[in-house]
Parts: sequence; structure tokens; C-alpha cells
Amino acid sequence: MSGAKVPADISGHMLDLDEEEDLEVFSKNTSLAEGNPMPNSPDSMVNQFRLDEENEEEQQGAINKDIFVTVDNPESHISAIETFITYRVVTRTTRSEFDSSEYEVRRRYQDFLWLKSRLEENYPTLIVHPLPEKFVMKSMVERFNDDFIETRRKALHRFLNRITEHPILSCSHHFKVFLTDEELAPHRKLGPGFLSRMSETMRAMANSVRGLRSKLEEFAIMQEYVDDFSNNMCSVDKVTHRITKEHREYMDELKQYGPTYFQWAESEELLAEPLKGVGSCVEKCSKETEEQIQYLSEVLVPTLHEYVLCADTLKAVMRRRDNIQAEFEAKNEALASKTTDKEMLQEEVDDLADRVEQANNALRGDWSRWRTSMRADLKSAFISTAAKNVDYYEKCLAVWESFLLSQRGESMEQRNGADAS
Amino acid sequence: MRIASSADSSDNSRSQMIMADSGSSDEVAVICNTDITSTESENNIINTMVERGTALLKKMEISVAEADKRTGKNTVNMQETYTVYLIETRPAESVSEGGTPVAPDTLWRRYSEFELLRTYLLVTYPYIIVPPLPEKRAEFVWHKLSADNLDPDFVERRRVGLENFLLRLASHPVLSNDSIFFLFLTEEKGWREAVLETGFQDKADSRLKSLSAMFRVKNPDKRFTALKHYSEDLSTVISQLLRIRARVADRLYGVYKVHGNYGRVFSEWSAIEKEMGDGLQSAGHHMDTYAASIDDILEEEEHYADQLKEYLFYTEAVRSVCRKHELIQYELEMAAQDLSYKKQQKEELETGTVRIFSLKGMTSKLFGQETQEQRESKVAALEQSIQEGEEALKEKNAESQEFVEKAWNDIERFKEQKEKDLREALISYAIMQISMCKKGIQVWSNAKECFNKM
Repeated sequence: MSGAKVPADISGHMLDLDEEEDLEVFSKNTSLAEGNPMPNSPDSMVNQFRLDEENEEEQQGAINKDIFVTVDNPESHISAIETFITYRVVTRTTRSEFDSSEYEVRRRYQDFLWLKSRLEENYPTLIVHPLPEKFVMKSMVERFNDDFIETRRKALHRFLNRITEHPILSCSHHFKVFLTDEELAPHRKLGPGFLSRMSETMRAMANSVRGLRSKLEEFAIMQEYVDDFSNNMCSVDKVTHRITKEHREYMDELKQYGPTYFQWAESEELLAEPLKGVGSCVEKCSKETEEQIQYLSEVLVPTLHEYVLCADTLKAVMRRRDNIQAEFEAKNEALASKTTDKEMLQEEVDDLADRVEQANNALRGDWSRWRTSMRADLKSAFISTAAKNVDYYEKCLAVWESFLLSQRGESMEQRNGADAS
Repeated sequence: MRIASSADSSDNSRSQMIMADSGSSDEVAVICNTDITSTESENNIINTMVERGTALLKKMEISVAEADKRTGKNTVNMQETYTVYLIETRPAESVSEGGTPVAPDTLWRRYSEFELLRTYLLVTYPYIIVPPLPEKRAEFVWHKLSADNLDPDFVERRRVGLENFLLRLASHPVLSNDSIFFLFLTEEKGWREAVLETGFQDKADSRLKSLSAMFRVKNPDKRFTALKHYSEDLSTVISQLLRIRARVADRLYGVYKVHGNYGRVFSEWSAIEKEMGDGLQSAGHHMDTYAASIDDILEEEEHYADQLKEYLFYTEAVRSVCRKHELIQYELEMAAQDLSYKKQQKEELETGTVRIFSLKGMTSKLFGQETQEQRESKVAALEQSIQEGEEALKEKNAESQEFVEKAWNDIERFKEQKEKDLREALISYAIMQISMCKKGIQVWSNAKECFNKM
């Protein structure tokens, strides 16, 4: 790649390169799947993972994780030109393609963006977990606000971990570089420059104008699902945000409610005690509400948000797949109308046909993988939210019951006292 | 809902007021049995500590059974729609026989007649803290409740409040014996005339009189002053509490209702999912249940708010008694002041010394001395006046003492009643919260089960 003329069809070229490297990786990595022969080509490599869901889950369970990545320790860097945050990325691995078993580097958000775009270029129809957004438009949150940084850190951590769990992406050369090289800047300079990215975009636009000749039904169904999923996720996300907002407003009022009972207690004698009792119950419940809101915003909200972003990722993946097919179709048409010089064009067309098949297979494989982890993530998020809500009500119940017990105890005493006298 | 206080309350089906969620089937570990005891049930239902011993209740059962709409011409000859309430009375013994109860006597009354009754009682028994009426217009509403007087929920709560008012009167040691009150319960026609015939309006203190009294009393009974301040504080604090409670209710309503959107959204989503569809769909139904449950919860809480409101309105009655005391004390002080002035005048006339400036005295000095006769007749007139003054003072003193004694009696009774009622109200509030928590646990446990099936 260094210094060579930039070929017209970048993406294919890139795939080739990485294919070789990935091949190397696979020949050394023995733990991939129990009892399966060494994969020789990307096709068979991908086909390996094109299983129905049941086997997928078994497979994933069987893979022993041999690479662990954490993202932590945000620090701000102040230079003359700019201020930015870096995060510490620690890798522990037993994979043999890594020279060492432990690495520690510092990365900034831009670096993550770089990694993502490399992965998307090299594996256009694989589903890469989304990165947290560049800016949060909704709330005017400062980039350097603690909550914002923490939320982002967690999302970046999840991003890298999803990659480590992905059988193909985790073997990406760029991923390794990201985890290990001290300085990422030189790598960032390499790779498709602005111009080539522009040309790719323009080609994509031209293709979308031309339209696809025919789309396999399975991908049409997938597209429909992706569009519906996107709408649904946005709705669920919106509702959840609304709920959080209503909870907060409720809690604000509760905070004012409790003190009125204490205030009243001040002018009472016998009534002071039960009044204070009620007041403190209200206060305790408002603390529980606070915790509940906190939990909601740490567990459910980010998960839903990520899947909203995932929906966009899926749309992009579908588009890229369509583009690959469109390119093939365009070349194929050109071939059909040509009368001379057919051989070279035929080769290109054949290459493109291969590309289409690879892209489709890659997507198929990753699709069921993605569906499985989506289901697991969302299910777990909803279950734990429901569990937290049960917990919230149980705690409030205990608070009020102990108040009731104290009052009944007192009234029993009073009654006994009255009887005695 | 409130029932007539009587030995046997169970046959009155409309009077079921379940404060606690004693019907929940799913058991959750509890610290204590939060089902209400039968005693609490009896006490809770009205929050009135109805004294069984009072004369009137021994004789009759009272209830405000229904509300109805009427139209008629009002005083300016315009058509108006108003609500009337059915008062049922029944001799107490009839129920305990065990057979079918005797049909009650009934009559219809509208709110303004209740107001007239109360005004009459206020004037006739100024030393008594007269129970308040339920509010004329809905106040401290949270957004869902209608402030319209003809709204059925408002009318229902007012019916309950009016019944409570009558029961309070019937259980009061003094007020229950009033004949006008008895007529109110038994004579539909002619009652208004009977009230007006008592001439109670003449006895009403003019506002001007009581206002001036408040500014100029030198030695009010300290207990009354303290009580007045207490009732002002209580009024402020209960108002504030009711206001914030209404806001809290409003917000809680929002939280629950928004969850209803999950129902809709999960349903849509479940349509495109194979494995997750069923779990999502059924979870969505539970979210709908959750959203719907808030209506009953908040309706129940309104009863709690009503209990507090009653005591908010009671503070006005308490202040009224304190004002009456101030007025009597003022008149007493005026009478004493008047007497002492006259005595001094007499002394001056007798001794010839002028200590108090008076125009008469000055003119007599300027224009010549009075004759001995004139002076003696003046002294005699003064002595007469002094004697009358002393009589008046004695009467006023007696009136004041009687007032203080009777008032303080009722105040003690009121304090006890208040303490018991409000304590019960707080307990019933706790029971409501417990019920709400239990429902929440149930719904979210069910939802969790559904999510598990995703």
C-alpha cells in the first residue's frame, strides 16, 4: 500500500490485503472452533459462521476468549492548539500474533473513529458495533463534563469488546495496530485519503441512482426489517427518555413534599410523631426514586441508544452491500454491450461477482450473529430494568410497612393503657 | 364513601370503602399484616370518631344516600341547574332486629340549605367549633380532576362530605340536641321558615364589631391567643401540604401514563420479531395495566386529601370561636372601663377635684359654679348609672366566664377528635401507599417474566 498507485477500485484491493493477513492469523490461531479444519479462504472462513442460531450460540460459548480489552482512566490533554480527552486502552491476550501478552496505550475519540472506518472499509458488510456519538445534541452537555466522559468511556469500552468477541473483526490488522502501537498518528495518515473517499462516495451515489437490477429476496426482507427495527428502536428510545423525564419531575416534587410533614409536626404535640413518620417515609421513597432513575439512565437508556445507532449501522451495511452489487451489475452491463476487448473486462466482472458473493455471505453470517446479540442485550436490559423496578417498590413497601407497624404498636399500647385504667 | 354510624354497617353495600389492598392475591413478603383490622375499618371509613353515646345517634341512623340534578328558577327568576342530596333517616332500633330494615324517611336538600343550617349553628352556639361543610368549589385540584361543580366525581365526594357533616353534628354532645338540626333531618318543607323564625340573624355579630375587637383587646385569655396562632399555623401548613400533594399526584400520573406508550411500541416491535415477539407483546400488556392502575390509586388518595381538607376548614371554625372570645373580652373591658370612668366622675363631683377633663366641668368652672342641688342630682344620676354599670359588668363577667368554660370544653373535645382523626388519616395514607407498592411489585414482576421469555 505504501507509495503504490491507488487502484481505482479501492475496496476490493483492501479486502485482498486483509484477506492475506487474516489467513495468516487463522493458520496460527487454533482455538477458533472445536474440531473444525483450518479455514483456507475467506469464503470458507465466513461460511463457518453461517450457521443457524442455535449452533451460533453454542459456537460462541465454545470460543474461549483469549483477548481482553478495557477502556478506562480518562485524562485531559491540553496543548497549544486544542484540548482533548484520552482514554487508556489495556489489552491482555494470549494470541500468538501479538508479540506481547499485555499492552497499554492511550487513545482519543478520533482514534476510535479511525478504527471504525478502517473496519467498515475492510469488511463492508460486517456489522460493527456503533461508537458513541461525536456530540450529544439533545442536552447541551459540555464535552468535558464528567457524566458525559463516563458515558462515553463505557460506550467505547463496549465498542472494543464487541470487536474482541467478533471472530473476524477481532483478527483485523487495524484492530491490532489500534491496540498495540504507541503512536496511531502515522497509521492514520496511511490509508485512503480524502480524494479516494470522495470517489467512493460518488460511485455509491451513482449506483444508487442507477438502482439495483434485482435484489435477492432475503436481502429485501432484511432491508424491510432494518427499516422497521430502526423505527421501533427510535420509538422505544423516545418513550424511555420521556419516562426518565417524568420520573425526574416526580422526584423533584417529592423532595418538597416530605418537608411539609416535618413542618406541620412542629406545631403539633401528639401528632408530631406520626407526622414525622410519614415525612421520613416520603423522604426515603424519594431517595429510592433517585436511585431508580440513576439505574434507568445507566442501564436501559444507553443500551437502547446503542441499538438506535445500530439501526443506522445496519442501514449503512445494507447500502454498502447494495453498492457492491450495483458495481458488479454496472460492469456486467458494460461487458454485455462490448464487442471487443472482452477478456479483461470479463476478469473484472468475475472479480466483482466474487466480491458480491463474499459480501453477501459475510452479511448473512454476521446477520444472525447480530440478531443473537441484539436479542441478548435488549432482553437483559429490560429484565434488569423490571427487576430494579420491583426492587424499588419492595423497598418503598418496607418503608411504609415499618411506619404502619410503629403506629399500630402505639395504638395497641394506647388501647391497653385505656383498658387498664 | 362513608356510612352511617351504627352498630351494623355491613348491610350497607355502598359504604364499602376498602382502604387497604386486602384483596391482592400475590403474596409478597411483608413485615406485618397490612390488611386493616376490623376496628380500623370501622374507624377508617369515616375518620370520624363517632361517639356512640350521644342522644341523637342512639335514636337514629343518618345518611346522605344520593345526589340528583334539579332545575328551577332562582331568585332572579333565571333557570338554573343545581344538585340536591337525599337525606335518609331511620330509627336505630329497626336494624338490630335482624329482619329486613324499615324503609327510611327521606327528604331532599340542596347545598345552600346545608349552608343555612351551619350559619344558624355558628350564630346560636358561638362557643362551639362547628364542623365545616365540604368545599363549595373544588380546590387544590390536580389536572385530571374537574373543577366543575356538576362533575360526577366532585358531586360524589361532596355527597360523602355532607354525610360526614351531618354525622359530626349528630355525634356532638351539644349540637346534636338542637331542634333546628332535627327539623333539618326530618322536615323538608317549612324548615327554612323555621330557621328564619328563630331570628338568629339578629344575634349575628357585625363584622365591624368583631374586627374592632381584635385590635383593641388588652387582656385576652392566653390560651385563646395560643389557639388562634395554632389554627393559623395549621391552616397554612395544611394548605401547603395539599398544594404540594396535588402536584405530586399530577407528576405520578404522568409517570404511570407514559408507561402506557411502551404497550403500543412493544406491540409494534413484536410484529417484526420472531423469538422476541411474544415476550414483548405480553410485557406490553402489563405496561398498559400499570398505566391504567394510577386512576384508582389517585382516586383513593383524594379521600386522604378530603380528610385533611376537613381539618383545614375546621381551622376557620376555631378562629371563629377565638374571635368571639375576643369580642366578649372586649365588651367586658369596655364595660369595666366605662364603670371606672363613671366612678371617677362621681368622686370628682363629690370632692370637687377635677382629674378628668370634661367640657361640662370646664364650662361650669368658667360660667359659674353649680348649685348644690344641681350637683347632688348629678351625683344621684351617676350613682344610678354606676349601679347599672356594675350590674352590666357582672353580667358581662358571667357571660365571659361561661363562654370560656363552654368553649374550652369543646376545644378539648375537638383536640382529641382531631388527634385521633388525623392519626387515622395518616395511617390510611400509609395503607394506600402500601397497596400501591404491592401493585407495582406485581406488575413489574409479571413484566420481568415476560421479558424473560424474549
